[in-house]
Amino acid sequence: MSLGLLILVVIALAGAGFVIGRQRALAQAGGDPRILHSLPGYYGQSVFLFAAVPALLLLLGWLLIQPLAIESRVSAMLTPADIPEGSSSALVMSDVRRIADGFDAMIAQGRMTEDALRAMDANTVDVRAQLAEAGIALGSDVAPNVFETAKSYRNLAHTGRLALTVAVIVTALAGFAFALSRIQPDYRARNVSERFVRTLLIGASMVAILTTVGIILSLVFETVHFFRLYPAKEFFLSLTWNPQFRGGSDLGIWPLLWGTLYVSFIALLVSVPVGIFAAIYLAEYASKKTRAVAKPLLEILAGIPTIVYGLFALITVGPMLRDYFAQPLGLGASSSSVMTAGLVMGIMLIPFVSSLSDDIINAVPQAMRDGSFGLGATHSETVKQVILPAALPGIVGAILLAASRAIGETMIVVLGAGAAAKMSLNPFEAMTTVTVKIVSQLTGDTEFASPETLVAFALGLTLFVFTLGLNVLALYIVRKYREQYE
Amino acid sequence: MSTASTNSSLYTLDARTKRRNAAEKRFRLYGMAAVAFGVLALVVLLSSVLGTGLSAFRQTFLTTEITLDEKALDKSGTRDPEVMAKVTTIGYAKVLQNALVDELTAKGLLPEGMKAKDVGGMISKEAPAQLRDRVLANPDLIGQTITMNVLANGRIDGYFKGRVTMESAALDSNVSPEQLQLAEAMRDAGMLDLKFNWGFIFGPDASELRPEAAGLGVAIIGSAYMMLIVLALALPIGVAASIYLEEFAPQNRLTDLIEVNISNLAAVPSIVFGILGLAVFINFAGLPQSSPLVGGLVLSLMTLPTIIIATRAALKAVPPSIKDAALGIGASKMQTVFHHILPLAMPGILTGTIIGLAQALGETAPLLLIGMVAFVRDYPGAPPEGFTDPAAALPVQVYNFTQRADPAFIERASGAIIVLMVFLLAMNILAIILRRRFERRW
Repeated sequence: MSLGLLILVVIALAGAGFVIGRQRALAQAGGDPRILHSLPGYYGQSVFLFAAVPALLLLLGWLLIQPLAIESRVSAMLTPADIPEGSSSALVMSDVRRIADGFDAMIAQGRMTEDALRAMDANTVDVRAQLAEAGIALGSDVAPNVFETAKSYRNLAHTGRLALTVAVIVTALAGFAFALSRIQPDYRARNVSERFVRTLLIGASMVAILTTVGIILSLVFETVHFFRLYPAKEFFLSLTWNPQFRGGSDLGIWPLLWGTLYVSFIALLVSVPVGIFAAIYLAEYASKKTRAVAKPLLEILAGIPTIVYGLFALITVGPMLRDYFAQPLGLGASSSSVMTAGLVMGIMLIPFVSSLSDDIINAVPQAMRDGSFGLGATHSETVKQVILPAALPGIVGAILLAASRAIGETMIVVLGAGAAAKMSLNPFEAMTTVTVKIVSQLTGDTEFASPETLVAFALGLTLFVFTLGLNVLALYIVRKYREQYE
Repeated sequence: MSTASTNSSLYTLDARTKRRNAAEKRFRLYGMAAVAFGVLALVVLLSSVLGTGLSAFRQTFLTTEITLDEKALDKSGTRDPEVMAKVTTIGYAKVLQNALVDELTAKGLLPEGMKAKDVGGMISKEAPAQLRDRVLANPDLIGQTITMNVLANGRIDGYFKGRVTMESAALDSNVSPEQLQLAEAMRDAGMLDLKFNWGFIFGPDASELRPEAAGLGVAIIGSAYMMLIVLALALPIGVAASIYLEEFAPQNRLTDLIEVNISNLAAVPSIVFGILGLAVFINFAGLPQSSPLVGGLVLSLMTLPTIIIATRAALKAVPPSIKDAALGIGASKMQTVFHHILPLAMPGILTGTIIGLAQALGETAPLLLIGMVAFVRDYPGAPPEGFTDPAAALPVQVYNFTQRADPAFIERASGAIIVLMVFLLAMNILAIILRRRFERRW
């Protein structure tokens, strides 16, 4: 039974439970709802929840665990002889999976029957050619043992799916029957179903914690894995980045960190003055009309996807900087450069700085302005000597948040900064960043056993720690130094 | 003032006041310049994308009459599609080429000494496949003469759009100035023209060598599937979490932990979510790479904080008097929330959700890591099975186009961005309308 159908069956069962539960409650009360403890709908609701929720949770958990369980049983069948030179057991397992899927496809296409598959023997039949006919391409010929493993993988998967269907439907029916059996006129159905709903709400808010845990676990596990294959000292201290897919790479983080910080620095150099001045102008000087037009326009900049900025860097800003600045000044001939990425990222960050600063400047009480004006200060003196000092913690927080954005930004640097890992002061040279290298090491065919791939997780962890640190610092500064007016 | 001299008057400003006033004016000017810089950057950004991308929606088509020769296409004469399928696109390319040469000769347009191969080179490499599909779908066409509208080669198209010039063609091995001259003559004869290209919006992607045929169909479907998944997962989970935190959560460590987590997740770089998706959904749970399901899950987790923050703001905006009144007449807390607070907060929640969806629609980096960069030509199937088929996504398609060598793909990338921005604009306008129409001020 397909998953979609199974879910539909469970939901249909639960829906029927609602109707039946409601009717049963009414029937027990002799058609007089006043005798019931709760409104009749709540009796139905309790049956609905007990039938649907445990079954669907079981389904979800089963789907997560089944592949793991099957994999561990099946991979035990493979002998070291089945793993060719230069390959790994993970690659052979993915072949096994693909062959098993191929048999499913062949049976679905009517090229083969279940019996024929059972009788098939890899020693006499060219499995690879048969699968190729069905549209499944394999990298190498199929060894007999691998073929047998694929068959048992398929069998286990089918048995698992059947067991899943039975287990889910039985759970749904059990919940249904249990909830129905409890219905009596003085059964506190509202309290029960409200407690149930409340548990669901708590579960939903746990998703945030689970996500964080998932992020940290996946980063830390793979990073530890990486440091087993590659010395941590080299990673943190080496000044060269030169991955070789045949082994013997230099994977020092410094060139990448340098590129990241340089690009972010230029981005902040653009966005901080522009953002703060724009915020001051909009909050202090602009007429209502100007503000109503200019503020949303600036905020559009924040809503534009980063890929658009990336393309802008690639086709407009990069060539322009190269033709009008870098080449005439003799500073380089590359259209992707730190300057390109930094400038474009700076534009992207303007609204981050300006709208946060704008809110903070607006929060400074009018009395402080009036006091300053009363002493004879001009408007700009008031801004510089009264408003900015009062708003400073908030503005620093905004800048730190913008910096954390800049460090984690990916598409602009992928398309604008280049891929060469260099440590140079020349802003018109192409350099690369942590995020660019995460993308380049993890896209395409990746094999999760080589340090060249796993380094991406170490880079990701570095990135995560950096941005988390900046965010925490920003929050701390805002909370600690915020002036409380009232 | 001790320094005030004899001519001190309120009407003549002294040097210091002048300096202060000048500083005031300068300061104000800096502010205006900053706002102007931001707005200017927006205008340049949009016009650069629109300028390069609008031409992607129009494409050069070549109209020609083709006599479908039985000898070339169906030697057996059975009209059986399975037998006819033996003739590959190469055979159809010859038929197309001959048809074009014949027509040009008949019209007297064919220049002296031009090889038939060069004439055939003006037709897109996609065209033979189109012709083949058409003939195989309707074998009775064989022996007849049909008029067909086929795509012209990308370079010819580039010439009419100004991307290719006579000078660049002389240096280009893929196109010659003679071909361009012929193309111009053909345009004057009405055989070539620029038309709106529906294939760009609905067609699948095409390989590196045929930019003229590349389309966004698969990417649009992939993105739509992911948005459906995000909506189905992030909205209910986000609303449930917000209701708990806003209305039920006791003040304790766990609640604090959840709150801290949510605000941190909102600031985690998007690429880290991609790593999470790769490690958890693909490597651990074994879900298929480059499927909308994995993309949708990753984007749901990313969108969740946005939705939670918007929903909590909307729930908070409902005045406590409503809650008090409901509780006062004996409603339970759950009834108060679900019967009164939630419906009143709905417009705010929907606005936040749409804005979160718009963010998710434009997100690229995490999708790169979960294999959405793969070249996918087949449309994914219908949901729910289609959710696990390989698909592309609109922003990733833009990235893919930029990674290809042919400059014609730059135009395609910008065109794809225009499509993306149209969707984003539509979503944002919907959000604004919802807010204007339904939001209540208390």
